[in-house]
Amino acid sequence: MNISFDKLDKAFENRVRLQIMSVLAANERYDFNSLKDLLNITDGNLASHLKALEKEEYITVHKSFLGRKPNTNYEATDKGKKAFKDHLNTLEQLIKQQKLA
Amino acid sequence: MEETELQNELASIRSIMERSSKFISLSGLSGILAGVYALVGAGIAYKIISDVTSKFDAVIGNLRLRDPDVSVGVVYGGESVLVEKLFIIALIVLIASITTAIILSNRQAKKKAQPMWGAVSRQLMFHMSVPLVTGGALIIILLLHGYYGIVSAVSLIFYGLALFSASNFTFGEVKYLGICEIILGLIAACLPGHGLLFWALGFGVLHIIYGARIYFKYDK
Repeated sequence: MNISFDKLDKAFENRVRLQIMSVLAANERYDFNSLKDLLNITDGNLASHLKALEKEEYITVHKSFLGRKPNTNYEATDKGKKAFKDHLNTLEQLIKQQKLA
Repeated sequence: MEETELQNELASIRSIMERSSKFISLSGLSGILAGVYALVGAGIAYKIISDVTSKFDAVIGNLRLRDPDVSVGVVYGGESVLVEKLFIIALIVLIASITTAIILSNRQAKKKAQPMWGAVSRQLMFHMSVPLVTGGALIIILLLHGYYGIVSAVSLIFYGLALFSASNFTFGEVKYLGICEIILGLIAACLPGHGLLFWALGFGVLHIIYGARIYFKYDK
């Protein structure tokens, strides 16, 4: 058994993207501001990573209004959940492999 | 990537999944203190009740000397003053506990890099408030109808339900605390006249045990 780093999902190479997916794997939905507070990053930074995940079709966006304030929620798609799970499995196998070596 | 780097990556994923879905900043110390406040409150309440009952017995005794058929209802007025005093004690205990919980959890939240008022704590509050508000309203209705004896049992049961329903958003221990409160409340309902004792057990002793467990397991 030999697993290379190439098997790791390129979309998750960035730490923030992986963190976003972790949050959306653990929660049904999460809103923009809560994500921002949790990850402690700027609006622009978060928005660009969310866009990238959206482009991969790993997450979907739900826009609504809370009173007059826009409220944007994010949800992981089935494709995104599978990709996240595969990524975790690969990480795990890489660790096992390095322990054996 | 090195092995430690991979493991750090997994650890950070696990941490963020936990921080995003569970409010892990509940403070064990605030549980212990809430228990202590409740015990002090129950002690004061016990003192007031025994003072009033001994006066009450004296009054009834005097009246009986003059008229052996006098009913207890004659001195009914004393009861509402007593209930008012007990209500104020319970309210002070409640406010002191909530204030302590907010201050200490805020400190924990800073330590654990979790927002104090974020998506998770909002969920926690929402799931707790539905049974809590229902129970509070029911208690006020019962008090207005003069069913004082059942209030302690009802407050334990609804508090237990509130903890049970909020427990998905925090430590698993909260679920078991909730179940214990519910059981205690049901026992209290079966044994009228011992309300204060069960109240002291549920809000005092159980909180101290639970708080100590959380403190040693997570506060550090």
